[in-house]
Formats: sequence, structure tokens, C-alpha cells
Amino acid sequence: MRPIVASLAAGILFGTGLVIAQMTDPMKVMAFLDIAGDWDPSLAFVMAAAIPVAAAGIALGRIFGRPMLAPQFARPRQTAIDRKLLIGASIFGAGWGLVGYCPGPALAAVGNGSWQTSVFIVAMFAGMAAFHLLFNRTAVAGTVYHRNSH
Amino acid sequence: MTHFTPISAAIGGAMIGLSASWLWLTLGRTAGISGILGGLVRDDWGWRLAFLAGLIGAPMVLSLAGAPVQWRSPEAGMPMLILGGLLVGFGTRLGSGCTSGHGVCGIGSLSPRSIAATAAFMLTAALVVFTLRHLWRF
Repeated sequence: MRPIVASLAAGILFGTGLVIAQMTDPMKVMAFLDIAGDWDPSLAFVMAAAIPVAAAGIALGRIFGRPMLAPQFARPRQTAIDRKLLIGASIFGAGWGLVGYCPGPALAAVGNGSWQTSVFIVAMFAGMAAFHLLFNRTAVAGTVYHRNSH
Repeated sequence: MTHFTPISAAIGGAMIGLSASWLWLTLGRTAGISGILGGLVRDDWGWRLAFLAGLIGAPMVLSLAGAPVQWRSPEAGMPMLILGGLLVGFGTRLGSGCTSGHGVCGIGSLSPRSIAATAAFMLTAALVVFTLRHLWRF
């Protein structure tokens, strides 16, 4: 199998999973985050099901030693719990709470054709571009942000 | 208001986990959406575009086939959408991951770094929602 076919299959599976779990509905995500309101714990069930299945795949990878269609696993290089990680995650959380979209569900919802979804995605790309302009220019020779992100 | 849907949530979640397992076992890559997007500027982009095509295309095909896809627009005005998008884009790159990369794949590999990141973004997101809905009464 060609790598891009395998990757396309993964994307289809991911997008279908988001649709079935209704995570493409930002109001459902907001209802999970709104602990003091009419709390909808569905998102926790999505995570609780996804994590052990992903863990099983990662454990299988340890047994196989290498991926089927690539020379090695691209493991994250950073392991430290540092300020960058926590500040970045908090900034992301703030944006997630404002709108109810994280990157996957926002992209999966492109087909709804609404201007709101498109505006969010364009702004998200702008935010990523801003990061690259601010940080990666000074870290070109380093490996800090290179290929190691989740 | 939405209804608690534990069964469809678990089925959909298992499929997301399966997708992450498959991508890891075939290409050795993490199924983290922000990482896949962020790497487009510098890395081998073929597999990234293929993944994104599936992620974006599958819900469209399902909808065209008559499936009841729940993908209504966010209830946010233009300034909020722009601010939210900027924060999500910038924050996921600075923190090297999002709900899928840290939350599913990272926790799935028992990475303390991903557990800390997931706790941080869950907490701030809940705080922002609490502030908007219960303190400012949006």
C-alpha cells in the first residue's frame, strides 16, 4: 500500500469518527466545557474510547519495532513539561472555549459551508503562521520545533 | 443545549483511536491535527494533504449520502471567531499539540507532557466558558 493511501484512510476514519461522535457540533463541545450549565459529558466518552484504542496501536508498534510503510516512528522529541507547553496549551484552551472548535472538528465541518467555520479556520492558519514567523525564524538551526509536534 | 449521547460518542471515539493507531502503525506518524497542519510548511506534505482530504471529505460524503451530520455553525460573532481561531492556531503550535495529538495520542502513550498539556487546555477552556456563560452572561 502506498503511504498516501494509508494516510487518506486514516483521515477518512478520523473524520467519520468525529461525525458519529457529533464532535463537529461546536455546541456539543461547549456543553461539555460548560460544567456549571447543562453539562453534556459526551466528549469525555469520546476521549475515554479513543485513548485505549490509540494506546493499543502504540503498544503494537513497540512489538513490531517499526511502522509498515516508513523506516521509523516519528516520536516527539520534546519530553519536558516546560513553560512553553503550558502557556501554549492554555492559549489553545482559551480559543477552544471561545468558539467550541479545536483544529480537527473545525476542518471536518468545512463542508457545512458556513462563513463562521471558514473565518475560524482562516484565523487558525493565521495563528499558526504567526507562531512560525515569531519563533521558527530564530530556531531554524535548532530542532526544537522541527518535525516533533503532535 | 445538547443531549448526552454516550454510545455514539464511544463509537466515534473508538474510530478516532483506530485512525491514530493505523497512522502510527503504517506511517509512524502521530494523528494530531495541529501537528499535521503545522508540518505542511516544512515537511513531506503528501501524506499530510491525504489525511486532511479524508478528514474534510468524509463528513461531506456522509452528508451528501443523507447521513444526519451535526455540523451547525458556532454561535460566535466575527470578533470572537477571529480571536478564537488565532488563539487555537498559535496555542497549538506553541504547546505542540491539540485535543488529538496530546489528548488522544499523547495520553495513549502515557506521556506526562501530554497529560499536563491536556489538563491545561481543558482547564482554561472550561474557565473561559464559565466566564462567558455564567459571569458575563453571554
